[in-house]
Amino acid sequence: MSKDIRIKRGLTLRLKGEAEKQVVEAPRSKTYAIKPPDFYTVVPKMVVKEGATVLAGDVLFFSKYDENLKFTSPISGTIKEVKRAEKRRIIEVIVDADPTDSFKDFGKMNASSSTAEAVKGRVFESGCGAFLNQRPYDIAVDSKDTPKAIFISAVTTAPLAADLGFVLKDKVAAFQEGINALQKLTSGKVHLSVDASSEEILKGITGVELHKVTGPHPAGNVGVQIHKLDPINMGEKVWTIGAEDVAILGNVFLTGEFRADRTIALVGSEAKDQKYYKLKIGANSSDLVGQVSDDIRIISGNVLTGTKLSNNQYIGFFDNTLSLIPEGNTYRMFGWLPFTYNKIHSNSRTSFSFLFPKKKYALTTNLNGEERALVVTGEMEEVLPMDIYPMQLLKACIAGDIEKMENLGIYEVAPEDFALIDYVNTSKLEAQDIIRLGLDLMITEVG
Amino acid sequence: MEWIRQKLDQFKVPFNKGNKLEKYAPAINALDTFLYTPNHTTQKGAHVRDAVDLKRTMITVVLALVPALIFGMWNGGYQYLHQLPEYAGGVPFMDAFLHGAWKILPMIAVSYGVGLGIEFAFAIFRGHEVNEGYLVTGLLIPMIMPIDIPLWMVAISVVFAVVIGKEAFGGTGMNILNPALTARAFAFFAYPTFMSGNKVWVSEASNIDAVSGETILGSLASSSDVPYSAMDMFTGIIPGSIAETSTICILAGALLLVLTKVGSWRIILSAFIGAAIMALIFNALPNMGIEGNALTNFPWYQHLIIGGLSFGIVFMATDPVSAAQTTKGKWIYGFLIGFFAVMIRVFNPAYPEGIMLAILLMNVFAPVIDHYVIQANINRRKKRAVSASGQLKTAV
Repeated sequence: MSKDIRIKRGLTLRLKGEAEKQVVEAPRSKTYAIKPPDFYTVVPKMVVKEGATVLAGDVLFFSKYDENLKFTSPISGTIKEVKRAEKRRIIEVIVDADPTDSFKDFGKMNASSSTAEAVKGRVFESGCGAFLNQRPYDIAVDSKDTPKAIFISAVTTAPLAADLGFVLKDKVAAFQEGINALQKLTSGKVHLSVDASSEEILKGITGVELHKVTGPHPAGNVGVQIHKLDPINMGEKVWTIGAEDVAILGNVFLTGEFRADRTIALVGSEAKDQKYYKLKIGANSSDLVGQVSDDIRIISGNVLTGTKLSNNQYIGFFDNTLSLIPEGNTYRMFGWLPFTYNKIHSNSRTSFSFLFPKKKYALTTNLNGEERALVVTGEMEEVLPMDIYPMQLLKACIAGDIEKMENLGIYEVAPEDFALIDYVNTSKLEAQDIIRLGLDLMITEVG
Repeated sequence: MEWIRQKLDQFKVPFNKGNKLEKYAPAINALDTFLYTPNHTTQKGAHVRDAVDLKRTMITVVLALVPALIFGMWNGGYQYLHQLPEYAGGVPFMDAFLHGAWKILPMIAVSYGVGLGIEFAFAIFRGHEVNEGYLVTGLLIPMIMPIDIPLWMVAISVVFAVVIGKEAFGGTGMNILNPALTARAFAFFAYPTFMSGNKVWVSEASNIDAVSGETILGSLASSSDVPYSAMDMFTGIIPGSIAETSTICILAGALLLVLTKVGSWRIILSAFIGAAIMALIFNALPNMGIEGNALTNFPWYQHLIIGGLSFGIVFMATDPVSAAQTTKGKWIYGFLIGFFAVMIRVFNPAYPEGIMLAILLMNVFAPVIDHYVIQANINRRKKRAVSASGQLKTAV
């Protein structure tokens, strides 16, 4: 039985620089990189050495604690460098790309008629296990688990994020095959949520529970949808996977090749040629946007949850948006006066920006104030459409009170669900960071 | 304007990290950030942030207080001057306003001076930035005092409120009681002769016999006649604490608080409902064969517009730190404040006005209210877990 989700609380942040609905083939990068830190809790164990040649689909490294969880090369080429940070932690595996890709042949497989074991083996062997995420905790999956359900969100609500309906429009067949494979991985159901745009494309998909989602951000967050459909209790595990990643996974079964095609929306007030670009996972951001000055911030992902990139750094594994916004390292005189500086969006009513709900803003990275004690109440609840008390949960995380965190619903949240709380809260509290630390504590204490 | 910034940056050099005046940085930063919103950019979490910050929120409350303050200055002068024979023909606006301002501005200066001094000292001592909460508290304290209170009493009340009421609990955001009401309660119990009776509410009333200054609640408690109309009570041309009298000016402030969502409309509305219901219950006593007295029989709508009830509800009960934090909790908290305020008014002749004690009482109970509201959420979650797996699994 499908269940429609109507979200009322939240905030759709309207920013300047939306991507035009046009797909362009991006120039091929010279180097690509897979970044182990993208896979939370994975400790990489390298399989290939610098100088080795790899095909697209060859294993680069696997998880030290789960040998089946393999991470494969998105392109064919030569391993250029294994970049390490402090304590020899691997942060980037950089591959010099061949001019054209040659693929490792996994062999075609019909997911529907194969055994669950064979399907699971193929998913993890081809590196598609990397696309899966586990809730609770928002971490990489354990290949030995069988989740109680799998959730896919094809709903776009994050600011300027790539429209998933548009991204998937030529990939429906692969998407269907991906769903067929995912069905074999879970003991329960595969849930697919769609918005108006992706419903057009995906309404014919079979083997899923289709849910129609409406409402402001964070309605598109898979965590919010899980909370509304089938909330996670202690001891339960569900998996999530990105919508475009389902098509990549389906392609492995249809063609026997790991084709790491990613459609990126280049967005933001500082971006030129705001369009959709077809490239491979792990592409170099500078090949798309060139060298940008220090006054502009490159964000791999959307402005709420993305990661800051410097010039020549690589786009994140899961990210399908590249946002360029101005840095805000300037002073503003008497910035505290209510009803001044109305060009900066505010969800509070102390700025006239609430009178123009349709207006689009060019926001900077300025913090617009300093961090303070928690004073204002009620503002966090307005942007978290879950049956959870966000401020109390954040305080429990700060205090490291595990029993309280559990009681208040820590298993149901991920940092991205608290991104809007980062944005709106008057005290400039780093809510995503606090939730991440809280989840880390739960992993070490509870597992 | 660029040169101001450059001068400031130059001036701040000795306070920067590693330099000798480093530990005094919070004081200088407080002044700097008052002039300029800093150039800090987001380092983690969301890359863009809302324009609102605590300074803006607090200044909005200060703005909301301005109508009541201006009226309070005028009324402070008017209540005194119109009783003098030389003003029998009417009191010019400026005469009344200047008399009031002459009394009230020094109180505000003392309150801000002493309070901010303590706040700065604690910020330097604890090594955190100066919080803006005192901008509101420092203005509220003089506004709820009788006009003739000596300045040194204001100063001592401020010290007590900030040190014991706030900093002892950890500073802004951690206090249990509303600091401004803590100051008033301290003054009330420490210097009762300056805080109650029928001589303190009108300027100079204690010095000049011809000037009388009984509040409406005082008259009611002593069962004497009330010489004011409901319109007087609503506009506020009555004796009382400095800024509490004018319901209409307070409602103007309330409108700003509610429209900007800085003050909780739930608390304001439910508190007025609570007060009205309690007053209606008292009004109904004669129908039940109980005679009652002047206070119980005082019309319910007039209960809402006299004394400090509306000022307390709008500006003190809505203090987010000491109020209930959950939405349901806010309804309960507000309702009980109004309910108890009128109850204390009627039942306790020693405290003609009940709003101060009602708010302080509910401040103490706010965490309990929140606890039960949140516990309901927790129980819901546990029940769901049991129905999903047949047993409750927990980590601890």
